[in-house]
Formats: sequence, C-alpha cells, structure tokens
Amino acid sequence: MSDRVPRPVVPLANPDTQPFWDACLRGELLLQRCSACRAYFHPPSPSCPTCLSDQYEWVRASGNGTVYTFVIVREALARGWEQFVPFVVAVIDLDEGVKFLSNVVNVAPDAVAIGMPVEVTFAELDGTTKLPLFQPRTVEVPQ
Amino acid sequence: MNGLSGRYAIVGVGESAVGRKLGRTEISLQLEAARRAFADAGVAKSAVDGLLARPSHSAPQFNYSASLAGQLGLQPTYIADIALSGASSAAMIMAAVAALEAGFCTSVLCVNGDVQTATYKRRGGLTNWIEDFEKPFGYSGAPVTYGLPARRHMYEYGTTSEQFGAVAVACRKHASLNPNATYREPISLADHQASRMVADPFRLLDICPRTDGAGAVIVTSAERARDLAQPPVYLLGLGQFNTHADVQYAPSMTTIAMRGASERAYAMAGLGPKDIDVAELYDCFTSVVIATLEDYGFCKKGEGGAFVENGRIELGGELPVNTGGGMLSQVHSSGFFHITEAATQMRGMAGARQVAGAQTAIVSGQCGSLGINACLILGKHAR
Repeated sequence: MSDRVPRPVVPLANPDTQPFWDACLRGELLLQRCSACRAYFHPPSPSCPTCLSDQYEWVRASGNGTVYTFVIVREALARGWEQFVPFVVAVIDLDEGVKFLSNVVNVAPDAVAIGMPVEVTFAELDGTTKLPLFQPRTVEVPQ
Repeated sequence: MNGLSGRYAIVGVGESAVGRKLGRTEISLQLEAARRAFADAGVAKSAVDGLLARPSHSAPQFNYSASLAGQLGLQPTYIADIALSGASSAAMIMAAVAALEAGFCTSVLCVNGDVQTATYKRRGGLTNWIEDFEKPFGYSGAPVTYGLPARRHMYEYGTTSEQFGAVAVACRKHASLNPNATYREPISLADHQASRMVADPFRLLDICPRTDGAGAVIVTSAERARDLAQPPVYLLGLGQFNTHADVQYAPSMTTIAMRGASERAYAMAGLGPKDIDVAELYDCFTSVVIATLEDYGFCKKGEGGAFVENGRIELGGELPVNTGGGMLSQVHSSGFFHITEAATQMRGMAGARQVAGAQTAIVSGQCGSLGINACLILGKHAR
C-alpha cells in the first residue's frame, strides 16, 4: 500500500486527542508523557494509565521504531478497503517504549518482517487530517 | 435477613465535574470519577481487582469495562459490562456484591457516566476515540485483531501454519461426528494448506466462519439440581483475568490473560491440567487454541504448536479438544457451544464423539485479542 487516499474511515479529534491530530498536520508525531511518573502513553488518554495523574505534557516522538508484529490483509475485511489490498496492519514498537498501531507502507507487504526498523511518514487524507504511517528506515551502522 | 446482609460496604466515592456542554469526553469524566473514588477511599488503584461499568451510550465500545481497565492501568480478576440503562447503577452494586461473595475479586470499582450534550460528533462510522487510532489503519475485522498475536507467536516460538492446520482438521473431524454442526465434511491438512490466504498468517480454514445459532444453560444450586431430570454437571472452578482490550495496551501478545484465568479456576477446583479429560477452547482462530493450550498449562509456553500435531487433540488422543467441532466447524455463538458441549460430555451423552470416562472438562471464553479470558472447569462429580 502506498499512501493512497481517500481512506474509507477518517479519524476525528476530540478534546483528549486534538493535540495529537493537530501535530500530525504539522508532520509531528506526539505522545503524552506523564508529569508525575514520566511514563509515555498512547493512544491519548485523559490520565496516565500507570499512575492515574491527569497532569501530562505532549512530547514530540522520534518517529522511529521497529515492527513488533503485523498482518498482511489480502482480502478486504471491511467495506471500502478493496482498493488497498494487500496492505500491512502492524504494531510498531516506538523507541519511546509505547506500542503504536498503524500501517507499514512504501514497501512490498511480503518484505515486511518483525524487527524491521521503521520511521513515521504522514499521509494526507482529506485536507483536514494527516494519518501517521510507517515506512522502512535506513539504519546507520556504527563504524 | 439473609447471610449477605451487612457483609459488604461502599468505601470510596468519586464524582466528576458535571454540567452542560463541558466539552469533555465520556472517558475523561469516568476516569475523573474513578480517581476521586480511589483518593476518597485512600487506597492505591492496585487494591481494586474488580471493575464494573456501563458502556457509554454516546461512545459505545466492545469490551467497555476491559477498555476502561486499560485506561486505569488495572488487570482485574473480574469485569463485567452492566448495560441496563437506568437500572445499571443499582444493578452494579448488586453485581459487585455477588462477585465479592463468590470470591472472584476483593474490591470492586463501579463506574457509570456519560456525555449527553456532546460538543462534537463522530463520523465515518466511528463511535469512540480509540477507533480513531484503529479503523483508519484498516484495523477492522477479527482476522486482523487476532492475526497480530498469531504472527508474534510464530516469531517467538516457531509455530507454523501447518500446526494451525492441525487444529482446523481436529475440529472438523469432531464436527463430522456431531449431527448438530454446520460444517461436517472432513478436511485434511493439505486442504488447509491449499486454502487461500485471507489475512496473512491466516488462511481461510484458520478462520471461524459466520454462522447462526444460540445456546442456553440453567444454573442452580447443587441441592436443587439433585431432584431434576438430568444428572447435574458441577461447576468446579471459575476464573477470570483481563490484561487489555486494546492492542496498544497489551503487556504481551502471547501470554497472560488466559494464564491468569486458568490459574484461578484450577485453584478454586483444586485441580490441575493433568486432571482434565476434555477441553473446549474458544477457537475464533486456530492459533487461539494453541495459545490457550499453553496458558492453560497443558504444555509449556511455545510448545502448543507441537502439542496439537499428530492427532493429540483429536478424539482418542491425549487431550480431546473441541469435541463438538468448535466455532471453527460447529457454530460461532460467541463460544456458548463450548459450554453446552462440555456439559454434554460430562453427562456422557455425546454419542459418537463421547470421550470415554470423561469426568472433567475445561472451557475457555475469550475476546479482546487474547486480553480478556474466563475459564470454567466442569465436573461429572461435585468432588
């Protein structure tokens, strides 16, 4: 799958998630970080799932991670996805230590593997929303 | 006055902000109320091991209480969605007392609240915020939800598609002996391998088909049961454990909820895996049976793939699994037929598919991509 548009389902910000989606429009991936226990968390929540503090800051994530697991959707399982198959739904293990559900794009689905280094890329959806997707990352090997 | 009177009490109270057009989300108000209840009671959240909630009307969601538990960072031993509208609040208190009396948990958090003057509207078929982080990515359909942990199991333990196939073959073989099964034509491992890839790593024959059917059982006291028409099937062990509803919060994709549930059921029954004669395991996908066999202690973690090979889970094998055909071949019915089949086996009335001399059966019910599990142990005798 490339970052073809439009997708059949478009996210909508709510008061808890508005900063996340606003940042996507700027090409930034944000995570919440608890001000009390310093844990990162995602998807956005009104309070920290670790310590329940409702004090948090939005932090720009590196956008880097590795593929934790994935499925290659070869037949559309929901209406509207026919033009996208085959595509990869993956759980990305972000460098900040949180799991992020997304797609791996700009690579042949059969070339995707667990442990593959990936980086965030943003797909324009409808002029008002950008969706954070992941693509293979070239890892610099230390000399 | 019965024995329950005065046995349980409310020890913490929390109220969120209230008003019209607060511009807040349902979950935000519920979490605020929960935080305040913890603070009021003066207990750490870890003191709570039971959670009851009414699914929000304005932002409905499957597995609501499990999802709320995820937001609270709890791994409860008892959860339930109490969806009774205006009666849900009082009904929750009753359900809490029942769960405490049963010993399923020691402290229950009850949460109920909603947004009725929303300042924003969902669109595109989305109903709640978590779906914003799932459905736009094509995370729709159980083959995707369960394919993610299945792939991880293959990666961590070398489990193969052929081993998935052995589960499908066993279920179909058992269905062929069950007059009340949807798919009764036997299949081979080659048939499984030749079936098309739908949601890689799942082939068509790894996926439980959509079917129609319903089951029911009646539960009463052992004392009352003695005078009734059929031999009683005793509930020896009951256990639940819940680690996540949403995949991003999964502490592991290959272990935990099923293990925690079975440990509690075994402990209540005073039995272990070696004492079990029949297993009826939730099988929305073949891989789920393999993971359940491991977490239910029938083999070590990672050895489930080898365990299902060579007819070991078929009738006549070491541990007959899904003797009625399971969801893969009998009927979906959200796994209820695992209970009716286990009871039929305990009564010795399963005909051609009867496991000779079966005295005990274990049943798994699960959802939430392996994060929510309830385990039952049934017995022919009260012990």
